[in-house]
Amino acid sequence: MTIDWANFTPGSSLAGGVLIGVATAMLLLFNGRLAGISGIVGGLLRPAKGDVGWRIAFVLGLVLAPAAFGLVAPLPAVRVDADGAVLVIAGLLVGVGTRYGSGCTSGHGVCGLSGGSPRSLVATAAFMLAGFATVFVVRHVVG
Amino acid sequence: MQSMMAFVTGLLFGVGLILSGMSDPSKVIGFLDVAGLWNPSLAFVMGGAVLVGFLAFQLAAKRPKALLGDVMRIPTATRIDRRLVLGGLTFGVGWGLAGYCPGPALVSLASGGSKPWLFAVAMVAGMALFEILERVPGARERRVA
Repeated sequence: MTIDWANFTPGSSLAGGVLIGVATAMLLLFNGRLAGISGIVGGLLRPAKGDVGWRIAFVLGLVLAPAAFGLVAPLPAVRVDADGAVLVIAGLLVGVGTRYGSGCTSGHGVCGLSGGSPRSLVATAAFMLAGFATVFVVRHVVG
Repeated sequence: MQSMMAFVTGLLFGVGLILSGMSDPSKVIGFLDVAGLWNPSLAFVMGGAVLVGFLAFQLAAKRPKALLGDVMRIPTATRIDRRLVLGGLTFGVGWGLAGYCPGPALVSLASGGSKPWLFAVAMVAGMALFEILERVPGARERRVA
């Protein structure tokens, strides 16, 4: 194993993680809701009365986050290596998988582990392992 | 009020994703590439978030109601079943292929060109496909079996 020291950013990653934790804490304590993104978006596809507004508001907040970030600091550069076809396949897998598995990185990884849920621990282990395996195959077997 | 708070938390959550590096797919894939040039930064995201989240869940467990008056909706399911594991594995494959999970994809829509849109539209289509499959008669029975 070789560490990518050039792109190692423990400080900003920890600070970003704390902000995610604070947002999760606020939504939980004020609204009684879990900040699980796939659950929030998925819930819009089975709309229930009185359960739509807060979901749209949260998603709107997420979408507008770059504008808020940009007021304080320039947006960090990002790079997407996957091409269009891979992105579509990946999106479908993420959509179906997060709904079948009842959560994603935020719902199981942050909320579930914070709440000490054994279900979320299993789900997090499953998506992490699959992520490691997929990148291994793409980068070192096929690539 | 609930929606206002949800908007603020969404905004904060998104800013956290950007600051942390989670919204950069190349960084996510660098984190998942343990056999190559490994970038462990994103482990710190989870660490920071769970540290704060843990305290929040301790507080929430003592309260029957949220501060704005709604009931606390904390999942109580404990069943570890095939759906949970297969769903998690499926999600993980998609995450590893693109480097996007749901939050970062949405955060990237306004500033990341067409690529996050391709991913996000397909993701919502995948979620819709799930809803359709769930409504097929017999889906629930098979699920219990």
